[in-house]
Amino acid sequence: MTETTYNGDIDTREVGRVAMLKEFWAYFSENRGAVIGLVFFVAIVIIAIFAEYVAPHLPNQQYREAFLQPPFWQDGGSLTFPLGTDAVGRDMLSRLIYGSRYSLFIGCVVVSGALSVGVILGLFAGFFKGRVDTLIMRLMDIILAFPSLLLALVLVAILGPSLINAMIAIAIVQQPHYVRLTRAAVMGEMSKDYVTAARVIGVRRVRLMFVTILPNCMAPLIVQAALSFSTAILDAAALGFLGMGAQPPIPEWGTMLADAREFILRAWWVVTLPGLAILLTVLAINLMGDGLRDALDPKLKRS
Amino acid sequence: MLSFILKKIGVILPTFLGVTLIAFTFIRLLPGDPVLLLAGERGMSEERHALLMAEYGFDRPILVQYGSYLNELAHGDFGTSIITKKPVFEEFMTLFPATVELSIVAMILAVFIGLPAGMIAAVKRGSTFDHTVMTAALTGYSMPIFWWGLLLIIFFSGILGWTPVSGRMSLMYFFEPVTGFMLIDSLLSGQEGAFTSALSHLILPAIVLGTIPLAVIARQTRSAMLEVLGEDYVRTARAKGLSPSRVIGLHALRNALIPVITVIGLQVGVLFAGAILTETIFSWPGIGKWMVDSISRRDYSSVQGGLLLIAAIVMIVNLIVDLLYGLINPRIRYTE
Repeated sequence: MTETTYNGDIDTREVGRVAMLKEFWAYFSENRGAVIGLVFFVAIVIIAIFAEYVAPHLPNQQYREAFLQPPFWQDGGSLTFPLGTDAVGRDMLSRLIYGSRYSLFIGCVVVSGALSVGVILGLFAGFFKGRVDTLIMRLMDIILAFPSLLLALVLVAILGPSLINAMIAIAIVQQPHYVRLTRAAVMGEMSKDYVTAARVIGVRRVRLMFVTILPNCMAPLIVQAALSFSTAILDAAALGFLGMGAQPPIPEWGTMLADAREFILRAWWVVTLPGLAILLTVLAINLMGDGLRDALDPKLKRS
Repeated sequence: MLSFILKKIGVILPTFLGVTLIAFTFIRLLPGDPVLLLAGERGMSEERHALLMAEYGFDRPILVQYGSYLNELAHGDFGTSIITKKPVFEEFMTLFPATVELSIVAMILAVFIGLPAGMIAAVKRGSTFDHTVMTAALTGYSMPIFWWGLLLIIFFSGILGWTPVSGRMSLMYFFEPVTGFMLIDSLLSGQEGAFTSALSHLILPAIVLGTIPLAVIARQTRSAMLEVLGEDYVRTARAKGLSPSRVIGLHALRNALIPVITVIGLQVGVLFAGAILTETIFSWPGIGKWMVDSISRRDYSSVQGGLLLIAAIVMIVNLIVDLLYGLINPRIRYTE
């Protein structure tokens, strides 16, 4: 309940953006998991931004006196390397901290790439209908006919294995989802009165599409963005694991796992920790995504 | 119903044509000379290069090339592996049963655990069980399955020593494949211990591959069930005095299953993507590992053929799911 005070004739109840944000937060904070996810995610973002100050060592610095040293609580471990070292004597904790930068970067780049291309294509399909629509949607069907990871792998084979190419491939594989969502939302909005009104007063096409209609289609897109942020991190890690993503010595979590595979039965920490970092980050984002869906999409609310 | 089927097939055909176009373009988009890529020979002379160029048909106009590619496909020719020189289709078919067996067992695990878990979670909404199942499901859904596989290997193979690390079958046993499914073939062979060996090889990869479908099915079942439980006819059934188990089992479950079946069908693509990682970790000799190996060996004609065959399978399965969906739910077939 918002408190209302009256100063003479002026009504100071909050309206517009602030009220919307307040309502959003009321729904979002109702979901305890979503809040936990948000806190965790913010913590990762802070760690990633201040990696230089948080990490005890440089990510690629090799300490020749400490190969495969276990974490500090095990025999032979020391607080110099709190989470142990890898096979060439690099500090695990520092590599994990720097790795968070890559994962967040991958998520941001892939989502913004897929979102912008997907939204534009979806807007065109939904707005113009007819042949444009058929052409775009068939193209998306073709992309969706391939298992996503397989198509990403093949695209990387064409482009050459690197982090940038892996991100491009994943963005291409993900954008059909945005196209479908945008198209469906646009088609729903097109028949509404405010669109007709805007047309009647002669609003130009581009403005109609991007300024009048698009803002009303954002809710499902935001939810999808959260989902595909986590999928992007997972897929990029999988490509890194298969040797088709970020290349060593980049401390990307999936690539770290690939390096660690041969030590799987000798040094549990080099295998367990990068995967745990991926899992916790993705879990935090997915928890947030569930909260966003509850708060933004009244139709799916509480389901 | 017939017009519904024809309409669905009519949509799928152009998509399939597009898929063949992608597979066709793939070889031509790779960096480097396609002749050198496909021949896999070193120090090729000018004459030999020209000869192979003509043999592969790269000297002809691009549309003619595509036409003859489609013609080959129509005759069941999916190209020849650069490395093994065997027909790609043949290689695919010898490895395919391994992936199918793994996927079936993974799906059985996913459905038989995910469905009841999601159902009970919905019925006991808000309980500790509900929270546990939903937390577990979200964790499973967020799982990097390649890491999950490594963890299971560390625990069950490394620490406990219960399961083998890789492969489909212990080398102690040998029998001719009859069905291509190790679980069935080992039983048919009648050798003692063969079935146990096959099962112990299969169980960890199946758990890994089944994790994400399991999580998706549990979540989907719960939300579908919750929606149905709020419907009027369920309230009516309750009001009539039917027992809770009858209301849930008979009235609610049947309607909740419709969206769940679609989700199960949609997992085929997910299974293939998962098989790529699972098979690589467990050295499972199936399609997923074969594709990864083919890419890293630069066996591009195998990649091309495999890409097309996998997409075709995914599309056919999705078509079948669509048709089944229309069969169960008449509203779908008339409104579209």
